[in-house]
Amino acid sequence: MTLNMVMSHFYLVAAAVVLTIVIGVPLGILAYFYKSVRKIILWIVEVLQTMPALALLGIIMVFMGAGKPTVIIGLLLYSLLPVVQNTYIGLSEVDPAIKEVAQGMGMTKLYRLWHVEMPIAFPLIFTGVRIATVTSVGTAVFAAFVGGGGLGSLIYRGIRISNMAMILSGTFVLMVMAVGCDGIMSYIEKRLYRRFSPAKPYNE
Amino acid sequence: MIRFEHVSKRYGDSLVLDDLNLEIATGEFTVLIGPSGCGKTTTLKTINRLIEPDKGKIFIDDQDTSQIDKVKLRRSIGYVIQQIGLFPNMTVEQNISVVPKLLNYDKARCNEIVRELLALVNMPYEEYAHKYPSEMSGGQQQRIGVLRALAASPPIVLMDEPFGALDPMTRRILQDEVSKLQKKLNKTIVFVTHDMDEALNMADKIIFMNKGKIVQMAAPEEMLENPADDLIRSFMGKHSIDNESLPQTAADFMRSDIYSCYRNRGVREAIQQMARRKVDTLLVKNLDETYAGTVSIKNIRNHGKDMKTIEPLITQENAVSYVDEDAQVCFDKLLNGQDSYVVVLNHDQTIAGIVTKTSMAKSLADAVWGDSQ
Amino acid sequence: MSHFIALYGKRLSSAIITHFWYVVISITIAFIIAFILGILLSRMPRRANLILPVISVFQTIPGIVFIGLLFLYNGMVPSTVVIALTIYAIFPILKNTYVGIINVSEDFKEAAKGCGMSPFQILMKVEVPLALPSIITGLRISTVYTVSWAVLAAMIGLGGLGELIYAGVSSNNNTLIIAGAIPAAIMALLFSLAIDLLRKALIPKQLRRDNK
Ligand SMILES: Nc1ncnc2c1ncn2[C@@H]1O[C@H](COP(=O)(O)OP(=O)(O)OP(=O)(O)O)[C@@H](O)[C@H]1O
Ligand SMILES: [Mg+2]
Repeated sequence: MTLNMVMSHFYLVAAAVVLTIVIGVPLGILAYFYKSVRKIILWIVEVLQTMPALALLGIIMVFMGAGKPTVIIGLLLYSLLPVVQNTYIGLSEVDPAIKEVAQGMGMTKLYRLWHVEMPIAFPLIFTGVRIATVTSVGTAVFAAFVGGGGLGSLIYRGIRISNMAMILSGTFVLMVMAVGCDGIMSYIEKRLYRRFSPAKPYNE
Repeated sequence: MIRFEHVSKRYGDSLVLDDLNLEIATGEFTVLIGPSGCGKTTTLKTINRLIEPDKGKIFIDDQDTSQIDKVKLRRSIGYVIQQIGLFPNMTVEQNISVVPKLLNYDKARCNEIVRELLALVNMPYEEYAHKYPSEMSGGQQQRIGVLRALAASPPIVLMDEPFGALDPMTRRILQDEVSKLQKKLNKTIVFVTHDMDEALNMADKIIFMNKGKIVQMAAPEEMLENPADDLIRSFMGKHSIDNESLPQTAADFMRSDIYSCYRNRGVREAIQQMARRKVDTLLVKNLDETYAGTVSIKNIRNHGKDMKTIEPLITQENAVSYVDEDAQVCFDKLLNGQDSYVVVLNHDQTIAGIVTKTSMAKSLADAVWGDSQ
Repeated sequence: MSHFIALYGKRLSSAIITHFWYVVISITIAFIIAFILGILLSRMPRRANLILPVISVFQTIPGIVFIGLLFLYNGMVPSTVVIALTIYAIFPILKNTYVGIINVSEDFKEAAKGCGMSPFQILMKVEVPLALPSIITGLRISTVYTVSWAVLAAMIGLGGLGELIYAGVSSNNNTLIIAGAIPAAIMALLFSLAIDLLRKALIPKQLRRDNK
């Protein structure tokens, strides 16, 4: 195993998570603001997550060819659900009294979103990001099959050459990475919740 | 009958129940009251053995409960708690028939019980039986909670602050409903609350606890009249009074079912009457029904042994008020004078009633919370 | 299209059937084991802060690892896939059963006790029904992932829809990829639909919070 593999695995996950936030949070906000698209958005992200990872990657590969971008997009589509859903839930469960007060002070919808609702929903959104991250660490293993590299290729090679040590070391690093991400992010999450008023988190 | 004998319970260092001895008569509505953490809930739960005492025994109808199988015991005792308590995964009908089903009653009988009980609280079967708890208001849910406790006709029902989470109106209504149910079905009810109004409204007997001990055990009026200590007094003091809706005159505060006798009656007869009515003074009337004065047992004891009639023992020192006299003036006479009551007269000098501390409190309570009768 | 069916039809239908049975058998066994195990674990809730992290850590192991390891031990037989998928599928169900049960509020348990239910009756009539939404969520997660990981059966030459995807990826044949991926996606959707139906059948409408 090379550090390279760990790094490329990490890179896949990190890139996917960043993209997930960039795309997922606005989608959640859209779902919150516009009732007309809410159902569709929530339904699509749910269906996406239901898709078998390799099937999804295969389909993307048909369009984009093998390589890291395919994996990153796959992971992104796969991780949208927790982020979009938690953004939506977090925003819509902000205490109506608080929203009313903010409105009463003459804040515009967007100003309110930015200065009142988002800060309150933030811990819950963060929970979504944490779930997305941890899930992506595992799912990124599939990268090996569409030429994306990462720890999946190590495990895959181990299986092919019947090298138990290789499989286990790959798995171990993977678990450490997943548990590590989870631990660090849970810690931040707990502090966030302590600081903000919590809503009910999305949980696997 | 429920009897506690030297019951103690300890959690770590703190003695939660401290050598508790008490008796609750069958068919009696007993209210346990006291400051938070005084051990009310613990006391209640030792009855159906949700909590086992460290020392002492509890008897139900002279049977030591520790000898009865826990599960069986609980099926024979109704239990209502403050929090939801209804199973959210069951409909009203299923919730009510939980205990009958545990007792293997057949379906028809369970259904019959549900119908009867719902009828008792005026909730039509068709409308409510198939609702889930989440589809009903808090008050309705708690009604069902009470019905569930009654479903297998347990002779004893335990209630732990069952109305604690309800708004005052609903609370009041449910109190009355439960009082009525209790009278009708003749249950022994042990009811925990920390609300003195609720206790006064419902109890036959109030047990006031503090720090795991019984401070006072008395009928509501008695407790109102003679609170055993300052803590109880302060609990009573909560009877906040809303001035605007207050009744104004002495007549509004008096009780009219009074005991009186004519001035020419014999001493012995008067003593008997006092004993029978459990009072220590009698109002005395002239033969034309006008007020003559009062005669007290003390006077009789001191001077009356040789008298034939009570006439010479009559005094007119007791405070007197008239029906239309300002209530406040009347209260002053009652609270600042020596007498335990103020006699209220009509303008033709006949006796209208008396104002006692109890009648005063009762009228105030009625004025504030509506007539309890 | 007809050309496609003539070419791959047989291969596709047998792949679908194999894939389907991998999932159904693994999930059924996993559910039984996880449900019982979850209940047993919930009887020792004091260990909760020990049990939960352990389950969660195991949950992070990707399915491929189970398949790979078992392949080394068990060889290239279908039971390898079934056992691997079963083990993988146990964790989400186990976790959700356990969490669902220990999260049932004390109030309900006490009310049940006060009604005179025995511990077993409390479990069956109160705890499990109230944990059911969580348990079914676990079942759903397991199922979706199992459909996903079953694709890897092909990695060790044991068929299923992965075979087509796999062959397509390595020979750069887009038709084959699509021929495997689309049915796999549809199958996943159908399974999750089936579980939604199950959920609707088992849980009264009033108890369903529409998050999952
Ligand atoms: N399981 C327990 N472990 C330790 N202490 C306990 C336990 N249960 C109750 N206590 C303590 O015992 C005391 C009596 O509790 P109990 O619940 O009987 O009070 P209560 O009179 O019902 O109070 P409240 O009005 O607040 O309901 C309290 O000080 C409480 O903190
Ligand atoms: Mg209590």
